[in-house]
Amino acid sequence: MAFYFVQFLTGLASAASLFLVASGLSIIFGVTRIVNFAHGAFYMLGAYVAFTLTERFSGAIGFWGGIVAAALIVAVIGVLVEMVLLRRIYHAPELFQLLATFGLTLMVEDLVVLIWGPSDLLGRRAPGFKGAVDFFGQNIPSYDLFLIALGPLVLGLLWLLFQRTRWGVLVRAATQDRDMVAALGVNQKWLFTSVFAVGVFLAALGGALQIPRDAVHHAMDLRIIVDVFVVVVIGGLGSIIGAFVAAVLVSELNAFGILVFPKISIILVFLVMAAVLIVRPWGLFGKAEAPARRTPGLTVNPWRPLTSNERLAAIAALLLAAALPLISGNYALTVGSEIAIFVIFAASLHFLMSVGGLASFGHAAYFGLGAYGVAFLAKMAGLPMIPSLLLGPLLGLAGAAIFGFFAVQLSGVYFAMLTLAFAQIVWSVAFQWVSVTGGDNGILGVWPEPWAASPSHFYWLSLGIAALSVAALRVIVFSPFGFALRATRDSPLRGEAIGIDGKRIQWTAFVIAGTVAGIAGALFAYLKGSVFPDNLGISLSVDALVMVLLGGVETVSGAIVGAVVYKALNIWLVSQTDLSKLVLGSFIVLIVVAFPKGIVGILETLRHRRRSDAPKPAVLGIESAE
Amino acid sequence: MQRSKRLLAAGLGIVFAGIANAAMAQSEIKIGEINSYSLLPAFTEPYRKGWQLAVEEINAAGGINGKKLVVVSKDDGGKPADAQTAANELVSSENVVMLTGTFLSNIGLAVSDFANQKKVFFLAAEPLTDAITWAKGNRYTFRLRPSNYMQAAMLVEEAAKLPAKRWATIAPNYEYGQSAVAVFKKLMSEKRPDIQWVDEQWPPQGKIDAGPVVQAVAAANPEAILNVTFGADLVKLVREGNTRGLFKDRTVVSFLTGEPEYLDPLKDETPEGWIVTGYPWYSIKTPEHDTFLKAYQAKYNDYPRLGSIVGYETIKSAAAILTKANSTDPEKLIAAAEGLAVPSPFGEIVFRKIDHQSTLGAFVGKTALKDGKGVMVDSVYRKGANYLPSDEEVMKLRPKE
Repeated sequence: MAFYFVQFLTGLASAASLFLVASGLSIIFGVTRIVNFAHGAFYMLGAYVAFTLTERFSGAIGFWGGIVAAALIVAVIGVLVEMVLLRRIYHAPELFQLLATFGLTLMVEDLVVLIWGPSDLLGRRAPGFKGAVDFFGQNIPSYDLFLIALGPLVLGLLWLLFQRTRWGVLVRAATQDRDMVAALGVNQKWLFTSVFAVGVFLAALGGALQIPRDAVHHAMDLRIIVDVFVVVVIGGLGSIIGAFVAAVLVSELNAFGILVFPKISIILVFLVMAAVLIVRPWGLFGKAEAPARRTPGLTVNPWRPLTSNERLAAIAALLLAAALPLISGNYALTVGSEIAIFVIFAASLHFLMSVGGLASFGHAAYFGLGAYGVAFLAKMAGLPMIPSLLLGPLLGLAGAAIFGFFAVQLSGVYFAMLTLAFAQIVWSVAFQWVSVTGGDNGILGVWPEPWAASPSHFYWLSLGIAALSVAALRVIVFSPFGFALRATRDSPLRGEAIGIDGKRIQWTAFVIAGTVAGIAGALFAYLKGSVFPDNLGISLSVDALVMVLLGGVETVSGAIVGAVVYKALNIWLVSQTDLSKLVLGSFIVLIVVAFPKGIVGILETLRHRRRSDAPKPAVLGIESAE
Repeated sequence: MQRSKRLLAAGLGIVFAGIANAAMAQSEIKIGEINSYSLLPAFTEPYRKGWQLAVEEINAAGGINGKKLVVVSKDDGGKPADAQTAANELVSSENVVMLTGTFLSNIGLAVSDFANQKKVFFLAAEPLTDAITWAKGNRYTFRLRPSNYMQAAMLVEEAAKLPAKRWATIAPNYEYGQSAVAVFKKLMSEKRPDIQWVDEQWPPQGKIDAGPVVQAVAAANPEAILNVTFGADLVKLVREGNTRGLFKDRTVVSFLTGEPEYLDPLKDETPEGWIVTGYPWYSIKTPEHDTFLKAYQAKYNDYPRLGSIVGYETIKSAAAILTKANSTDPEKLIAAAEGLAVPSPFGEIVFRKIDHQSTLGAFVGKTALKDGKGVMVDSVYRKGANYLPSDEEVMKLRPKE
C-alpha cells in the first residue's frame, strides 16, 4: 500500500513540473493565439541560466535567488522576442507565428551549445531539499514534496491573478474575444507583451526548477515541448485548471502504467490525447471556439487558374528543371530528386491547409506509411518497383481514411493536435513492432531497379511524378469539389446551407492529401533505399509545415517554392556548417519578418499592386506560384 | 522559373567545384567522414579532436604512400536520411575513396546499406549494434568499436561472479537498449541458470521519468540491476536512485558508464561500486597510450574522452588500410583490411576477416568517487578478440555473400 501511495506522490511531482511549463503555454495561446513552439526553448534557457547563477552564488539565498532570477532574465528575453519579432506578425495568417517560434527554437539549440559547451551539466541540489523522507520504508525525495506543494500553489496564484486583478480580467476577456477587447479601447500591445512575459516566466521557472534533478543539456527543449502541447490540449486550450488536471492525469497514468506495461511511456500521452479529443473535442475543460469573425483563409488576391501564358511559363520551368542532368553531377541530381519529392509532400499538406483550412501537425504519418508500404511490398512480397510504387501509397490512403474520419470532426488547433497524436501512434507502432518494421533500425535494401537506379533517371521519375501531382492537385482546387472545400473552409454554415456535406468533403480532402503524401513517401523509400521510423516523425511533419508557411499559406501553390527553398537551403547548410540550425533559424526568422505572407504570398501581393498601378500587366519573371 | 534558376546555379557551382577539385586530387587522398555533430556534441566534439590529431600525425609522417590525407567531414543531424544525403555528396561530388564515422546504430546501418549498394568502402566508427557486422553485415562494411555483444560479454564475465540471483533491467526503449538487454540476459542465463529476471523498465530514450522508474524497480526488490541508459537519462536515473536509496546494498552493472562522456557529468553524485565498461584515461600506463595522451593533451590542453580514441583510431585504421592497399579500388581496400593488424592506444587490434569486426576492446572496472569526481578503479583492459562468439556461430549470424 505504501508503495502505491509513494508512486502516486512521485506522479504528482512529475505533474508539477509539467504543469508549470504547460500553464505558461496555455496562457500565451489563450490570449495571443500563438502556437508558441519556442516554449521549450525558453524552458531550456531557464535551466541553463539557472545553472550558471546557482554555480556562481552558493548557499540557500544564492540557489533560490538564482532560480527566480533565471526565470526573470528569460522572461525579459521573452519580452524582447515578443516586441521585436512577434508583434510584427500578429496579423499574418494563422500559424505563421509557429514558423517564427520554430526558427527561434532552432537558433537557441545551437546557441546554448556555443555558450555553455556540448557536455551535459549537473546543477546543484536544492539547499534544504537534498535528502528523502521515509514513508513506511519507502523513500520520497523531499524535493518531490516541494514540487508537489508548488504545483497547486502556482495554480492558486494564477487563479488569484486572473480572478482578482484588472489585468486578469482583461486577459480573460481577451481569451474569450480579442476583437471585442480591442474595440473597448484596451491597449492590446501591452496586454500581449505582459501575457507573453508571464508565460515565458513560467516556462523558465519550470526549467530552472529541474536543475536539482535533471541534467542541463541542449535537447531539453524537444524533450518537453510536445508533451506540454499535449497536456495543454488535453486540458483545453487557455484553461489553467485544465492544464493542471491534464498534467496530473498524464503523469499518474505514466507512473502506474509502467508497472504493468514498462514500454508504455513512449506513447502514453498521445493515446490519452487521442482518446480525450475523440470524446471531448475541445479538451477536458475547454469551450467550443467562438465562430471566427475573419475568414480563416482570407485571400487578398482571389485565386484563379493559370492563364495560358502562365501555363507555358510553368511548362518551360519544368523543361528547364528536366534539363538539369545535362549540366550537373550525380550529387546535384540526387538532391534534385529529394527536393522534387518534398515538393510533392509539401504540396499535399498545402492542399489540406490552404484549400481545406485544416492544418495538420502529423502529415508525416502518411508520407511514412507510403514509404513503409513500398518497403513491405518490395522486401516482403518481393514485388517489382512499379507495382510497389503504385500500391505503396495505398497504405497512406488507408491511414488517412481511418484517422481523417476522426480528425475532421475537430477544427483548428484541436484538429492539428489530433493528427499529431495519430502520427505519433503510427510512429510508435513502427518503432516498437521490431519483428515487422525492424524497429528503429528500419528496413534496409529498398533500392530502385536498374532502369531507375541512375541518378538522372530517378530524378526524371521524381520530377515527372511531382509535376503530375502538383498539376492534379491544382485541377482539384479549381474543380467543383475544390470550390465546395473552399466554401466549407470559409464558411461552414453557409456551405451547409447550400447543401454541402462539409465533413465528408473535408474527409475526402484529407484522404487525397494523405495519398499524395504517400506517393512522396514511396518515392523517398526508393531514393534512400531504406525506411526508418523517422519518416513518420514529428520533425518531418514540422518540416512540411515550415515549407508550406514559408511558401505562403494563402497562395494556390506556394508550397512548391517553400519546399525548394527550405530543402535546398537545409541540405546545403547541413553540408557546409555545423551551425546549420543557427543559420537556418535566423533565415526563417528573417523571412518571417520580411515576408509575413510567405515568399510566394509577398510576390503575389507585389504583382497585384503593380497590376493595379499600371494598366498593362507588368511582366515579372516570377511565376513560381504555378 | 525561380526553381530552375536556383537548380541551374547549384548545378553550375558543383561543376566548377568539381573541376577545381580534380586539379588537387593528384597529390591527396580524401576520406569522407559523417557523424552526428549537431545532435550529439558531447560525444562528437572529442571524437572530432581525435581524428584531427590522427590526420595531423599521418601527414607529418609523410601521408599515405606520399600523398596527403584529407578528411572531409559532414554532419548528419542524427537522421538516417540526412546521413545518406551526406554519404552521397561525399562519394559523388567530393570523390572520397572511403566513408568513415557515424554514431547512432540506425545511421550506421543506413550508411552501411548505402555503401553496399554503391560499392564503397565503409569503416563504421561508433555504432554498437550487432546487426552491422552480423545480421545485416555486408562485405563493404567494417566496424571499429567493440559491439554490443562484446561489451555485454565483458560485463557478464564479472556479473556472473556476483552472488545476486534476482535481477532487474533498465534500458532505453530502442534497438540499442533492447539488444543490450537481450544479449546480456542470454549470456548471463547460460552461465547462471539460477538467475531470475524480476523486473524490466523501458523508459523512452532521452525522456526518462526517473522517479516512477526507480520506484518501480525498487518495488520488485532485485539484488542486482542492469543499466543501459546513458547521457542525460543516466544523470536523472542516478540522482533519483541516490535520493531514493535504490542503489543501496544492490550491485549495478552498467553499459558504457565508465566512459568520461557519461561519467564526468555525474560529478559528486557518481554512485560507487558499479561494474562498468569505459575508458579510465588517467590510469592506463602503457607506452602506446602514453604517447597518445601526451600528443592529445599537448594539442588540445584537454583530456581525451572515449570518443577521442574512437576518432583517432578510425582515421589511423583508415590510413593503414589505404597504405597497405596502395589503391583506391574498394575491392583492394577490402582485401587489405581483412585480417589487417593496426597499432592503437589500447594495443594492437585486428580487423577480422570473418565478420569485419575489429578486436578493439574496452576497460571493465568499478566506479568510485575521488575528489568529488567520478572515476573508474580496478580497471582491466579486456581484449575484444576474447569476447566474440565462435566462428561457426558468426558464420550462422552473417548472411552469405
